[in-house]
Amino acid sequence: MTIEVRNLVKTFGSFKALDGVDLKVESGELVALLGPSGSGKTTLLRIVAGLDWPDSGEVLINGEDALAQGARERHVGFVFQHYALFRHMTVFENVAFGLRVQPRAVRKDEAAIRARVKELLDLVQLDWLADRYPSQLSGGQRQRIALARALAIEPRILLLDEPFGALDAKVRKELRKWLRSLHHEINVTSIFVTHDQEEALEVANRVVVMDKGRIEQIGSPGDVYESPASAFVHGFIGESIELPVQVEGGVIKLGDRPLRLAADGLAPGASKLFVRRHDMLVGPPGSGAFEGAVQHVRNFGPVQRAEVALSGGETIEIDTPRDKELHAGDSIGLEPRRYRIFAGT
Amino acid sequence: MLTGGLVSAIAARRRTLPGFGLTMGLTLTWLSVIILIPLAGLFLKSLELSPEQFWNILSSRRTLNALRVSFGLAFAAACVNLVMGSIIVWALVRYRFPGRRLFDAIVDVPFALPTAVAGVALTALFAEKGWLGAPLAALGIKVAFTPVGIFVAMIFIGIPFVVRTVQPVLQDLDPEIEEAAGSLGASRWQTIIRVILPSLAPALLTGLALAFARAVGEYGSVIFIAGNLPNVSEIAPLLIVIRLSEFRYADATAIAVVMLVVSFVIIFAVNRLQRWAQSRIPVR
Repeated sequence: MTIEVRNLVKTFGSFKALDGVDLKVESGELVALLGPSGSGKTTLLRIVAGLDWPDSGEVLINGEDALAQGARERHVGFVFQHYALFRHMTVFENVAFGLRVQPRAVRKDEAAIRARVKELLDLVQLDWLADRYPSQLSGGQRQRIALARALAIEPRILLLDEPFGALDAKVRKELRKWLRSLHHEINVTSIFVTHDQEEALEVANRVVVMDKGRIEQIGSPGDVYESPASAFVHGFIGESIELPVQVEGGVIKLGDRPLRLAADGLAPGASKLFVRRHDMLVGPPGSGAFEGAVQHVRNFGPVQRAEVALSGGETIEIDTPRDKELHAGDSIGLEPRRYRIFAGT
Repeated sequence: MLTGGLVSAIAARRRTLPGFGLTMGLTLTWLSVIILIPLAGLFLKSLELSPEQFWNILSSRRTLNALRVSFGLAFAAACVNLVMGSIIVWALVRYRFPGRRLFDAIVDVPFALPTAVAGVALTALFAEKGWLGAPLAALGIKVAFTPVGIFVAMIFIGIPFVVRTVQPVLQDLDPEIEEAAGSLGASRWQTIIRVILPSLAPALLTGLALAFARAVGEYGSVIFIAGNLPNVSEIAPLLIVIRLSEFRYADATAIAVVMLVVSFVIIFAVNRLQRWAQSRIPVR
């Protein structure tokens, strides 16, 4: 099943939630919609599900016009951030719901429903909770039940709205891996919404980065991390140092100090320089493009994180290996191993 | 596991919460003075009658008819209020329309209006020449001074009980569960029957019980519109008043005791039913 949206526009009052969005999801893909809150990612998902309607644009599921159908006819599995389980039903009845409300002509008999629910509970590894009520489950268990419920109707596509957003960090990590392997197993075309870049990069085949109702970049997790298409993507994904620079006559200037960096092919004017924190190499003073003084060092994990005051007046944070210890007060030179410059402020 | 921890935490806090003796003592004293002692007096007074006299009073045609009118019409009115009250709640909670707040406030009017005023107003409205009474009379339906009038008055005074108990529960109902039901293929009707109503069931039962209790005990508004024909449109509370005015105090208390016991049994049963419905929706 493919999903395609064309030139989708949606406004809430004066707020533009979606501002001309085009996206094509291929059959069997697991795509992440990643962006800060208010970027329109949930609105996009809800429109695909039929829970919201666009002002203009098209939604095609498997090439058919989905906007002609309501949520009920679209046959889409939807998983909510806050689970939306039916509190008065047992886990079993929650999962069976989609099967029980089918039109009489196609409804399975009781034995077949039981077998199907059992199969789904096995799939999410919670068959032992069948007789409990949702309030007796942990958050992670509830979300797995919500997923089993959505899968019961054998949906054409699966949509997940911040599925792990309400869970604590450890459970999130477990469920991420679990979702990826589950997707591998059932291979249904899926889109999930998240504001957590780690989650998006780790789980998805393809990441769609959104901001202010527009798609900023679509690419593999490697692409969006290694070659961000815009200043927003570079700033949003991974930890970056961001410096306001000026490109003038083939020279890049930070403040009024020229940097020893190549400016080939850059448009003149105010620009932004991005460097990953771990791409700043530390050397003796005078050895790199930047000069600075170490102000503060924190040691944890595999790297040390140093706060460095650049001679231009900016303060940046860098991550360097721990084999070469830094101390507050050291004067150092910094050379970016890789960097990107985007025009504009 | 989380809930277990929470429960034990609350229990532990309760033990350390000071003032249990004082508040429990005040509660018992107050309940005794306000409720239990008057009720005990009622029972004591009825003991002046021999069992045989007691039975004769109760099995008299007039008493039985009065009780039937009171309980039967109160139950019917409560059922109507349950249905109409639910629809009103739905409209007030789910839709935004001009005058919504005004309508919301109007629901409370039967709470505050002196019941005699309500009775007079309803009587004027439904009398044969009244605004509503005239067209109904043309259709051959007589409301004022018949049991139908009692039914109308009981609906009037009971409606806010249903609306006010169900409203907060519906407000708290997450709209996402309806979206979930829809995306799982449920029709609107299936969503209402299988998801929304079961979630509201405890509140609906409470509203039903309160509206019923209020209607059984209602006196002021009913006696104006009822016509008060013995055996036809005479309610039990009115019969009690009549007996009192005839200085037949024991007769009055006998009827009162029966009303009390029947009401208590019904309300207790509804409460158990509500508790059972609630237990299927444990708190989050």
